[in-house]
Amino acid sequence: MIREGVINWAILLGLVALPLWAVFADEIFTITLTTRVVILALAAVGLNIALGIGGMVSFGHAAFFGLGGYAMGILAYHAQTYAALDFGIVEIEGTKSMPVIWLVATAISALAAWLIGLLSLRTTGVYFIMITLAFGQMFYYFAISWGAYGGEDGLSIYVRNGFPGLNTLVPIQFFGLCFVALCVALILQWRLRGSSFGLTLNAARQTPERVETVGLNPMKLKLLAFVISGAITGLAGALFADLNRFVSPAMFSWQLSGELIILIIIGGVGRLMGPVIGAMIFVALEHWLGGLTDFWHVYLGAILLFIVLFSRGGVIGFLTGKEGPHV
Amino acid sequence: MSLLQVKNLTVSYGSAQALFDVSLQVDAGEVTALMGRNGMGKTTTVRAICRMMSSAGVLTFAGQDLHRLPSHRVARLGVGLVPEGRRCFRDLTVEENLIAASRRGDWTVRTIGQLFPRLSERLTQRSASLSGGEQQMLAIGRALMTNPDLLILDEATEGLAPIIRQEIWAALVRIKSETGTAILIIDKSLKELSAISDTAVILERGATVWSGSMDALSADVSERYLGV
Repeated sequence: MIREGVINWAILLGLVALPLWAVFADEIFTITLTTRVVILALAAVGLNIALGIGGMVSFGHAAFFGLGGYAMGILAYHAQTYAALDFGIVEIEGTKSMPVIWLVATAISALAAWLIGLLSLRTTGVYFIMITLAFGQMFYYFAISWGAYGGEDGLSIYVRNGFPGLNTLVPIQFFGLCFVALCVALILQWRLRGSSFGLTLNAARQTPERVETVGLNPMKLKLLAFVISGAITGLAGALFADLNRFVSPAMFSWQLSGELIILIIIGGVGRLMGPVIGAMIFVALEHWLGGLTDFWHVYLGAILLFIVLFSRGGVIGFLTGKEGPHV
Repeated sequence: MSLLQVKNLTVSYGSAQALFDVSLQVDAGEVTALMGRNGMGKTTTVRAICRMMSSAGVLTFAGQDLHRLPSHRVARLGVGLVPEGRRCFRDLTVEENLIAASRRGDWTVRTIGQLFPRLSERLTQRSASLSGGEQQMLAIGRALMTNPDLLILDEATEGLAPIIRQEIWAALVRIKSETGTAILIIDKSLKELSAISDTAVILERGATVWSGSMDALSADVSERYLGV
């Protein structure tokens, strides 16, 4: 059996080595594909904080992914059309600056997560799953009917947004940005898990009543984790929109929420690098099997079935021989 | 003024009334035994005190009306509960269980380790893999980590091996003598309760039927209400 730390470093190094190789081999598409892995992993790291540590099975995390995407899309759209955002009493200029867009995307996603969490965290189990799904679908149908920003057709952004000191149109540079964002999120998840907050959140997942007897409010703990989770997923949405230079209501879809959960289950629920290896497997299957057959999801389903039946710690649990904390 | 004051406490489970008229008080630094046969309302009383269920009547701690507070605020006020059963936070290690409950005060991971040396030897072990007795020690340690003024123990020695029971009783004597923490304790062992308790309250069918100094508890009363 392999130690989890070794696996984690191997995954990270592999994630860096692949696009670097692609630069020398002039395989630009491989860099784009790896960037997609990194962004999906970032979104899943966000969800992993809620699901893996806090035990909140959110079926509506696409709402935050989409909000981040639309924050980017709307700001960039107004920057490229030179038309200010009109809020009635105040007008705001659009922007092509990634740092500003990221700030807005995470803030809006965090705010939405706070509101959704306030309502949905009053429920547990299947009701929590359904209420988060309902919120996700509300955003989805709103985006479809929002004609000002493309409605069902979505919104195209012609030029990738900029980051000071970098040329984000160069794929490897944009990959580097996304990779740094992923590393920051992973460090946050790692520190969070070992912190007093992470321990009490983990405890609240197991026995909320016992947590109350030691003077902690499980609702507040979970809400804070949900907000952090939503903010990270929102940032991933903004990066995803920049990668594709396109936003559409599909970013809010329940399928995407489901895919994020599947990524985590494949990699290992609550595992530090579970979302990353899950995203690698997902994108690899999507790319290679998707090229062979339209029914590649069948194979994804088979892998998921195998993992759920035989390795409840996900791929990392399978490799380490430890099922992990959430069994 | 008493640290904990319970007067005419009533609790219902739906249409079934469980507590009719429970009254008791615990003074600072005092150990009070809450006794009675099975199903007489001891655990319900404790759960009501900790606001884990709604109740009516007078319920004050350090002069504050507990009825106004949610469960976690009661704990923050200084009421540490070792609930019935010994479910610890299974996925966390012994040390993490203690840290998760930690609040500022004299009780730390180190002092808990001194109280229960068995725990200090297993700090990095997941609590799910501890024996029943060790889990019970951890449950007591976790409650102490909140640095309470009142420690409530609900059947803390139930179903444990005699040697573990002895260790737990010895720890409770130390807590009483060295820290002056008030204790409200539910247990079936009259012998050990008599040794540690200053006062006793007996519940019968959801009501207080006897209360007073432990020394004044006669054999006749024990026989009638406790069957011993």
